[in-house]
Amino acid sequence: MSDMLLSVSEHLLAPGGLSIEQLPSVLGDLAGPGIDAADLYFQSQVSETWALEDGIVKEGSFNLDQGVGVRAQSGEKTGFAYSNMISADALRQAAQAARSIARAGQSGRVQAFSSPLLTPLYAPNNPLDVLDRAEKVELLKRIDVATRALDPRIKQVSVSLAGVWDRVLVAAVDGSLGADIRPLVRFNVSVIVEQNGRRERGGHGGGGRTDYRYFLERDERGEERAMGYAREALRQALVNLDAIAAPAGSMPVVMGAGWSGVLLHEAVGHGLEGDFNRKGSSAYSGRIGERVASSLCTIVDDGTLAGRRGSLSMDDEGIGTQCTTLIENGVLKGYIQDKLNARLMGVAPTGNGRRESYAHLPMPRMTNTYMLAGQSDPEEIIRSVKKGIYCANLGGGQVDITSGKFVFSTSEAYLIEDGKITAPVKGATLIGNGPEAMSRVSMVGNDLALDSGVGTCGKDGQSVPVGVGQPTLKIDAITVGGTGA
Amino acid sequence: MSEVQVIGPQALPALQQQVEAVLAEAARQGASACEVAVSLGQGLSASVRQGEVETVEFNRDQGFGITLYVGQRKGSASTSATGEAAIRETVAAALAIARHASEDESAGLADAALMARELPELDLYHPWTISPEQAIELALESEAAAFASDARIKNADGSSLNTHQGCRVYGNSQGFVGGYASTRHSLSCVMIAEDGGQMQRDYWYDVSRQGELLADPASIGRRAAERAVSRLGSRPVPTCEVPVLFAAELAGGLFGHFLAAISGGNLYRHSSFLEGALGEQLFPSWLTLDERPHLPRGLGSASFDGDGLATYAKPFVAGGELVSYVLGTYSGRKLGMPSTANSGGVHNLFVSHGSEDQQALLKRMGRGLLVTELMGQGLNLVTGDYSRGAAGFWVENGELQFPVQEVTIAGNLRDMFKQIVAVGSDLELRSNIRSGSVLIERMTVAGS
Repeated sequence: MSDMLLSVSEHLLAPGGLSIEQLPSVLGDLAGPGIDAADLYFQSQVSETWALEDGIVKEGSFNLDQGVGVRAQSGEKTGFAYSNMISADALRQAAQAARSIARAGQSGRVQAFSSPLLTPLYAPNNPLDVLDRAEKVELLKRIDVATRALDPRIKQVSVSLAGVWDRVLVAAVDGSLGADIRPLVRFNVSVIVEQNGRRERGGHGGGGRTDYRYFLERDERGEERAMGYAREALRQALVNLDAIAAPAGSMPVVMGAGWSGVLLHEAVGHGLEGDFNRKGSSAYSGRIGERVASSLCTIVDDGTLAGRRGSLSMDDEGIGTQCTTLIENGVLKGYIQDKLNARLMGVAPTGNGRRESYAHLPMPRMTNTYMLAGQSDPEEIIRSVKKGIYCANLGGGQVDITSGKFVFSTSEAYLIEDGKITAPVKGATLIGNGPEAMSRVSMVGNDLALDSGVGTCGKDGQSVPVGVGQPTLKIDAITVGGTGA
Repeated sequence: MSEVQVIGPQALPALQQQVEAVLAEAARQGASACEVAVSLGQGLSASVRQGEVETVEFNRDQGFGITLYVGQRKGSASTSATGEAAIRETVAAALAIARHASEDESAGLADAALMARELPELDLYHPWTISPEQAIELALESEAAAFASDARIKNADGSSLNTHQGCRVYGNSQGFVGGYASTRHSLSCVMIAEDGGQMQRDYWYDVSRQGELLADPASIGRRAAERAVSRLGSRPVPTCEVPVLFAAELAGGLFGHFLAAISGGNLYRHSSFLEGALGEQLFPSWLTLDERPHLPRGLGSASFDGDGLATYAKPFVAGGELVSYVLGTYSGRKLGMPSTANSGGVHNLFVSHGSEDQQALLKRMGRGLLVTELMGQGLNLVTGDYSRGAAGFWVENGELQFPVQEVTIAGNLRDMFKQIVAVGSDLELRSNIRSGSVLIERMTVAGS
């Protein structure tokens, strides 16, 4: 048994008088007649947040949550129950409830456990412990003071630091047995500036599956990373002080590299999740092998990037993550799958079965979704636009996977006039249709960048951390929702 | 299959004891003040799709959260664990944070004199002892009616019945302790219509404190089907400036943005375009926005707020004028104003309305856009700038012409509030904010 399995089972199972050796018998109870698949998901999570505003660290919170989720599946039916208690009794009760969905069928059998060989993508240590409380408070205060000193137009600075340490163990009737220890940290800065009675906000942050020391390291510019976030938040706020109304109507749009990959997450990623495609409810359903984007587009979902916010050594069903090609040179190659949808569609799972916690059911979810670099020089892309918009930074997005309509809102955008970036424009929502917009991608830059590590994706009420990325790219026509001419 | 076991008022004394145990432990460990909320909830969720069961989920959640003070320093902690050790460790975790937090002159519990004394009975607890089989039946009935209602309904995205019952007790070291049991039940149906190579999805739902008051499952299914079918053939319209009618089910969102903009947290952070707007005429003079926290069976009803203060009925907007912010104890202190007993939010907001229903408002609008769906989070609360994805119907001569999609609507909330022409009598009753359809004089619609 691996060290990881030993240490996680010692932490999760032992206090309730359980051990890995007892799990086959619990799974045996679950795997009665009519059950095709079943699993147990044990989890313990500690998390904390520290927040500074008005120059003082006024909030700090700590949370401890643990429990076990028990799932049984019969055909397309899933029964699910969970408990905050990790004990033999609680497991038995949850198992009884979960397996009540099965009516009849062949008799189930528990396979012998085997653990996948996992590549460690992050350190197993508790990321909350690398700084003591006084050091965390000091970090927030230091960034606040240094940020305020940058510009007299600053009205308000909010800084927050958050960390999560997750320990999970999955055991399934199909023999999957896996454990993972997952750190996740985040640092955010929000700045409000005021000039001539006009106010604007800017925000930036970053993080990943690492620990707090990441924020103290030097960034590409040789500055402490946390301070880099603050400088970027301020820069965006100041740009927006001069923003004019965004234009309204259909026009060419150039999307900047990095966080603008929200575009792909909404326009492509969600529509390629296995559940929607099994149900035939996605605009991409039944289109494998078809052209769904311009030939310049190759898009992957990659859970194997070391230390990235969306990365996982194994997914929440005990399957090792992978790099899945979704679209290659514009042609739809594959979907992202969890075990249930892979089984029902007759394909292999892709390591994308994820859940918010033990109290939620797994679903096919993205990890880090990005477009591979193309050939164009980013400046040449801008130069090619007579009149349009350059989106340097985005807020959130949303998609209706059935009609394919997606939106995202800009938080930093500019007019492009005669091949030059000119005036900043106010935040606006852009709306398009996934396959249509992707087929209008006419230039792709050579400057692929991933986001800084703050993305959270919501689906059916469940939130999971994700990453996005893309090179600079041009969409020939998409609707920009401003109020100007 | 077992029936969901009942969590109700009989659980309150045990939770109250837990609150008292936590308060005692906080005092023992050296906190100068403390507040704690303990909750226990249980539910059943059954979903079906294309006539088959998809999931049956049994939920049971428990936990407690504390905020404690060491002088003017504050720390919080929460856990789903139970028992004495969990209480001890959670208090210790919050205390360790409080010892490192900064002194905050505004921190601390509300004055003991302000705590709620009498807690009116709000009739929020109506357990529904429904078996998983019965829950499945209701969801199936809803979906079957949807499929039967129109041949263009070719697929489904799931119908589900949810029932939840819970108890919550809040107490603090100023001597307040209060709790209530409540229930919430809902039935939803999501259908997909297909025609001419286009696929459209839409949904309908009902929610109530009382299971028997939910709309007939078949009517929910038929409405979901009708909405999905009505979107077939959707297309963008050319960019224009026209009146926009927000359907009642979306109109609450507009007033939700307003509440966020007048809430203390955003005001003291200088993050709201309505900072300093108290006393200003923000809406037409006929418009009022009233909070009615003691509405029996109300989805937003509460007898005390997140600080233990007695909630009370009051207007936020009267005669179109902003007459009160939305304040809790802390944000009130930051702004030098008394709390409005809105720590945790607003409890049932009523929007005044005229006698015209949506049909009449369409007539009044003449030519413009009826919006039935909004997408994205395109709102900047600092400036009031609003830009969101929309779908709905193009209207000429007061009549629906064709369904519209892939457009955005944009404006500034300050202007939009001023330009409210009318609020309809077609009240949305499924929300904490009760509003009819809202007609706005002019917005930019961006499209093809």
